[in-house]
Amino acid sequence: MTVVTSHRSPEVAGTAYHPAAGGHGIAVEIDKFNLWYGKSQALFDVSLAIEKRMVTALIGPSGCGKSTLLRALNRMNDLIDGVRITGKIAIGPQDILDRGTDVIQLRKRMGMVFQKPNPFPMSIFDNVVYPLRVDGVRDRRLLVETCEQALKSAALWEEAKDRLYESALSLSGGQQQRLCIARAIAGNPEILLMDEPCSALDPMATSRIEELIDGLKADYTIVIVTHNMQQAARVSNNTAFMYLGRLIEYGDTDGIFTNPTEAQTLAYVTGRFG
Amino acid sequence: MPEHIVRSFDEELAKVKELIAAMGGLAEAQLSDATEALARRDTVLADRVVKADAKVDAIEIEVESLTVSIIARRQPVAIDLRGLVSAIKIASEIERIADYAANIAKRTFALSQSRAWDDIRAVVNISRLAEGMIRDVLDAYLRDDVALAIDVWHRDEEVDGLYTNLFRSLLTYMMEDARNITACTHLLFVAKNLERIGDHATNIAEMVHYVVRGHPLAEKRPKRDTSSFELGTALGDKKG
Ligand SMILES: Nc1ncnc2c1ncn2[C@@H]1O[C@H](COP(=O)(O)OP(=O)(O)OP(=O)(O)O)[C@@H](O)[C@H]1O
Ligand SMILES: [Mg+2]
Repeated sequence: MTVVTSHRSPEVAGTAYHPAAGGHGIAVEIDKFNLWYGKSQALFDVSLAIEKRMVTALIGPSGCGKSTLLRALNRMNDLIDGVRITGKIAIGPQDILDRGTDVIQLRKRMGMVFQKPNPFPMSIFDNVVYPLRVDGVRDRRLLVETCEQALKSAALWEEAKDRLYESALSLSGGQQQRLCIARAIAGNPEILLMDEPCSALDPMATSRIEELIDGLKADYTIVIVTHNMQQAARVSNNTAFMYLGRLIEYGDTDGIFTNPTEAQTLAYVTGRFG
Repeated sequence: MPEHIVRSFDEELAKVKELIAAMGGLAEAQLSDATEALARRDTVLADRVVKADAKVDAIEIEVESLTVSIIARRQPVAIDLRGLVSAIKIASEIERIADYAANIAKRTFALSQSRAWDDIRAVVNISRLAEGMIRDVLDAYLRDDVALAIDVWHRDEEVDGLYTNLFRSLLTYMMEDARNITACTHLLFVAKNLERIGDHATNIAEMVHYVVRGHPLAEKRPKRDTSSFELGTALGDKKG
């Protein structure tokens, strides 16, 4: 009989999983990363190598530290009082946790999409080109071109091209989320960070976003946090399962969902008591 | 394996196993009755076996529709998905086993017209072995018992060996006297069906291994049946 089998070597929690050769290399290398909110530790020795131009899903029960880890990648946790970190997060040769890192520059390399669509109360056009305006771009032609390009990449162009100067808030929830993706990619980032981007969307809008993610991975490295395991299974190449602030298992998505190595992962993905 | 958080999911999975257990029990009884009918030249019993095959077919359809429904509604993954996909395949293996049992029963009508054959005892022996394989592989399936599944898997070798011996002996009779050919051909088909039943039990054993362990059984199945070299595929049945 023919069967699908997992081809991962067993992972030991806390050690970096290095995806098989043949991909595009490593975009982000997280090494023994720890994070405390005040006295309470939220992440424990997380090591994870995120592949370039692949979709990496972070899954795990509520409160396990997915959003915290995602936010660490563009140092959004810096904004929170009392956060302390140790470890290393390397993008290429650069350790982004270094004091000397230019955080503004770093965030430009990252596009972030949040759970609730959060367009600014301005026109569709102004929303999309916002990252360029912040950067001081005034060239109208460049702004118009970038807007069209980004909206096309976000699969929103057809619906939005005749109403670019209407308020972004007049769009439906699913359209607003695609607008936020357009805004995130207008700044030409390398990495897209998505924190439950579909949780407020209906199944049709969700499918459109998933289709979009599938297309975007040709150009971007995507990290997506999702509570929807079928979604993780559908859209991602690699999946990391986190539990109580630790990385329990990381491997190719196929293996995680067909034959996970760790009992905790198995319990989580099959909906059993862990 | 811990229970699912959603209890009705566990209940549905248990129902699938129950159906397969019932189906397997029927197939095993069918084989035992078919062999008995053949040995005792009991055409009434043979007739009953042939008619009872429909019951097994009906359960197979039930397994399939329940499994498809669970997959659609629950989107199972990992061991749950392997279990359900294998349930459909195991049901189809059992259905084949029952088919072969019915075929064996049908031979009773022809063989009861011919003279008695000593070799019927060898047929009964192979049948007993095959019945044991079915019984144990179903136990292995119901209890997720990989060791028992592997044990069944190895027993197929014995069935193949007995089959090859019987095959040679029947071949000798046929060469000895052309009048033996009709009856011996029927017996050959019976033996071949039994040998195939062993193969199907072996397939189920492999699936039990796959469901529980998540990867296929790595060993190569021992194959000692060399009869096909001697008579080509004259009996029209390829090895699976
Ligand atoms: N700003 C904060 N201050 C203090 N503790 C925080 C803060 N943000 C998160 N935490 C704590 O850190 C842990 C991880 O939270 P995080 O938001 O990363 O979880 P999550 O996996 O994203 O959960 P969810 O799936 O519910 O979004 C939790 O125990 C949470 O209470
Ligand atoms: Mg979160």
